[in-house]
Amino acid sequence: MANIRIIKRRIRSVQNTAKITKAMEMVAASKMRRAQQRVLAGRPYSEKIQEVLADLAAQYQEAEDEVQPLLQKREAKRIEVIHITPDRGLCGGLNSSMNRRTAAFILEQGVPVSLVTVGRKGRDFVVRYGRDVRAVFTDLGDYPSLIDTLPISRIVIDDYSSGFSDGVYLAYTQFINTMVQRPVVRKLLPIEPAPMERKQRVGYIYEPTSVAVLGNLLPRFVEMQVYHALLESIASEQSARMVAMRSATDNANELIEDLTLTYNKARQEMITKELLDITGGAQALD
Amino acid sequence: MPKIKLDIVTAEQVVYSDEVDMVVAPGAEGQLGILPRHAPLLTTLQPGELRIKKGGEETYMAIGGGFLEVLPNKIVILADTAERAEEIDITRAEAAKARAEERLKLSSADLDLERATAALRRSLVRLKVAQRRRRAGHGGPLAGAGP
Repeated sequence: MANIRIIKRRIRSVQNTAKITKAMEMVAASKMRRAQQRVLAGRPYSEKIQEVLADLAAQYQEAEDEVQPLLQKREAKRIEVIHITPDRGLCGGLNSSMNRRTAAFILEQGVPVSLVTVGRKGRDFVVRYGRDVRAVFTDLGDYPSLIDTLPISRIVIDDYSSGFSDGVYLAYTQFINTMVQRPVVRKLLPIEPAPMERKQRVGYIYEPTSVAVLGNLLPRFVEMQVYHALLESIASEQSARMVAMRSATDNANELIEDLTLTYNKARQEMITKELLDITGGAQALD
Repeated sequence: MPKIKLDIVTAEQVVYSDEVDMVVAPGAEGQLGILPRHAPLLTTLQPGELRIKKGGEETYMAIGGGFLEVLPNKIVILADTAERAEEIDITRAEAAKARAEERLKLSSADLDLERATAALRRSLVRLKVAQRRRRAGHGGPLAGAGP
């Protein structure tokens, strides 16, 4: 009897869990769709700016103009890493694999590494291992705008220009598809523009001068990359969460099935026992 | 009359995409009018008003700086921000203007003069563009609007 009640309670509890994970799955799915749309919406801008940058940079190398700090390569004495993670957990192995990727990268470096963390999970990880934290950003929300990410780019641009760091890397989870998200570490500064063939070049008239346009374009390029990395991280987070919650729901339903079976068996057993008792009792009276 | 394709994109979305007759943009060296078959050009833009002529219609947008690229058959504007006249929130723009003026007046030691003046300029541009719409009644039908 007691056994049956316990099983019943267990079933109800698992059912509630399944409801919650199902709801989380659906929320994550809709957030993922929006995040993906935003990644796509930003693509024309990012493609264009890369094209223009490649054209300008080809010209920049030809003429030995005034030095552009963001293009300048230096021997690395200190590097900075922008470590982008979600604020929240419950998204499968996403957080730990991102943290592991960045940790491995840091250990490969022979020079001191400072970190700019974006997202609570990454911050906690970095702080726990006593790494040098340059800046912390949290609570950027599920739909950050470009303006929200500007302070991040500003810090690394200032640090690179002032000589505090000699290289800046961007660590984030690349969104491949709903099932696959890959943690990557990419170089952000110094900027290495894509090489361009001479004949591909358009030959623009630059106004005021090519150097001035380039000087304006470089920070924009960095800002855009940081913004994009964050968008991809969010899309990854939501899809990882969706998948994790879906399998949690599946597991819960499986468990419910098993428990229901056990429950029915126990119930039947009890009824049989009761019947036996009654017939036994009746026989005893005869 | 030949037309030229105009794309206005920000980091967040494509704001405008259509065939137009003429564009007047706030270039780094002053106002810049571009007609079809313009020579390839690449320039920075300052915060200002962008005028788009299409047929008999004129559309105004507030641009918060960026870049303008002209190709033989296409204009691409990479804008930091771009808003249509009717999207501008006048009360917000006025508040931003007041805030920027306040900051400039106080001019404390740690004031970033460049950023404060840029903020002021942007808010002024917004107000100017928003007022245009009022005078004109309505901006007219907007073909190829939005994402």
